[in-house]
Amino acid sequence: MNMERFIKIAKKIARNPTSLAGLLLVLFYVAIAIFAPFLAKPPYPDTPYQMPQSGWSAIPKPPSWQNPFGTTQGQYDLYYGIIWGTRTAFKVGIVVIGLALIIGLIVGTISAYFGGWVDEVLMRITDIFLAFPFLVGVIVIVAILGPGLNHVMWALVIFYWMTYARLIRGSVLEVKENQYVMAGRALGTPGYRIISRHILPNAIFPVIIQSSMDMATIPLMAAALSFLGLGAPVGYASWGQLVSFSRNWIVSSTGGNPFAYWYTIVFPSVAIVLYAMGWNLLGDALRDIFDPRMLI
Amino acid sequence: MPVTLLGLTFLIFFFTSFLSPYQLVSAYVTSPRELQAGNVDKIIEKYGLNQNFIFRYGRWIDGLVHGNFGWSLSLNEPVSKVLEQRFPATIELTIYAIIPVIFIGIWLGVVAASHHNGVIDQVLRVVALLGYSVPAFVLGLLLLFILYGVLGWLPPGRMDQWAQMIYYAKSFHHYTGIATLDALLNGRIWVFLDILKHLIDPVLTLSFLSIAGLLRITRSSMLESLGQDYIRTARAKGLSERVVVNKHAKRNALIPATTVAGLMFIGMLGGVIITETIFNYPGIGSFAAQAAEQFDYAGVLGVAVVFGIVTVIGNLIVDISYAIIDPRVRVG
Repeated sequence: MNMERFIKIAKKIARNPTSLAGLLLVLFYVAIAIFAPFLAKPPYPDTPYQMPQSGWSAIPKPPSWQNPFGTTQGQYDLYYGIIWGTRTAFKVGIVVIGLALIIGLIVGTISAYFGGWVDEVLMRITDIFLAFPFLVGVIVIVAILGPGLNHVMWALVIFYWMTYARLIRGSVLEVKENQYVMAGRALGTPGYRIISRHILPNAIFPVIIQSSMDMATIPLMAAALSFLGLGAPVGYASWGQLVSFSRNWIVSSTGGNPFAYWYTIVFPSVAIVLYAMGWNLLGDALRDIFDPRMLI
Repeated sequence: MPVTLLGLTFLIFFFTSFLSPYQLVSAYVTSPRELQAGNVDKIIEKYGLNQNFIFRYGRWIDGLVHGNFGWSLSLNEPVSKVLEQRFPATIELTIYAIIPVIFIGIWLGVVAASHHNGVIDQVLRVVALLGYSVPAFVLGLLLLFILYGVLGWLPPGRMDQWAQMIYYAKSFHHYTGIATLDALLNGRIWVFLDILKHLIDPVLTLSFLSIAGLLRITRSSMLESLGQDYIRTARAKGLSERVVVNKHAKRNALIPATTVAGLMFIGMLGGVIITETIFNYPGIGSFAAQAAEQFDYAGVLGVAVVFGIVTVIGNLIVDISYAIIDPRVRVG
């Protein structure tokens, strides 16, 4: 994608207020992730993802000067957890989507370009992976590998590449029929060159849209697993864990004011929802631009 | 379909080959008494856990076919018994959840499309965006916080203590395992209402995301069919807007919506893991989460097999119903 085209897309996004809001939200979170060490200085620079504890009392403390968002169960600072949790979310999203995309690109392209029995075999294998509800498959793998963020990422890759493989296959099948592909073949262009220079650049757009949407859902899936106690270890900065900490405080009636621990659920939830909203709006905007046939 | 099922069990079992024979023992035994000191090696020998992969796979499938899913370490019961008790609860939850999804999702989608770019359309766009952006564990906890923590209305669990006393009493017949239905069949109207009350929260959590999804799909396929020539013809004939929308546009727009609704039912089966855990609902979803956390391999494998079978059957039903709704599919 050259610069001129990039500017054209950026201009189109800026013209629509909702698309612009999405882009700004995403950029906001990118900035938080990049500047995390300055926004929330880690007390131990070697283990920045470990949330600092300001005491050993189990009971959460409301927002104060020292802890702007308050502390949650075990005195973990919510502000620190949310800032570094942003990095965790981006790490999970980029690693999982990147790996799944590579597998999907290879499988989908080979399947569509060669067709015949290759296509048949690869698509049957894809079907088998699709025969699990996504979360069930992921849980099987995590149960076998044991809990932990890296294991969760592996599990997500193993059960997510199929989405990209199918998307790319469909889109390559469409592009393959174009006359410029036939012309390339007639000129004796080798297969890998036709794929990399002529087919993929034209078949990639649905995948870009999908991966933007997935930047919202995949980190949330990892957060959900942390919520179930299968993801990041206790004390690791992760939004899912912050939400799961709050469960013990907002439900059991504390006698008197039920809102006493509102901050344990509200701040992490707002962080999660705005993050997902940003990527979803950006995905919608990209779809409007790349695929005007789809009516939104 | 049989190929998919076989491949599915093969895939699950393949993952277990990363485990040592000692870890796998639980997937084979039927009672903890078999696990007494010195016996473990005998069991490994007996079930051939130190044998090659194909042999173990055959043994395991043989067990599954005969209803032996192993021993659940997390609940101290045979997995087959756990599944038998908990599966109806999950089915009950998903059925209650899919009904509002289909009716509200399609209805809102049609409304949004027929007011394209109007105020209602804009509001519904925000609703759909929220549905996509609020994950189930956040929505569930917020509901629990407001409706139970603050207002004290809708408690977690499947039923209250007093209802449990009646439900698990000897005189109460469990015809189906679906609690609401059983309560009605036993003529226990208050138990029925109590179970229904406990279902509201999980059903809301489970259906919100899918309502948003179906709303979007229906809206875009409605917009597509409203732009067709036959709609212009219908309008030119002087038909009322209601007839145009309901009789001409909606019929065609519902075809993709139906397929998506079927797929959503399957997607929901994955969603129950989180929803059931939040609300302490005793289905196979919360069992899966618990088993995974406590290294209960037999439990996880059993749940995965059940989910896999339900998904494969569900996909088949979607394909068949697609052919019934849209005659064009049948030609090929």
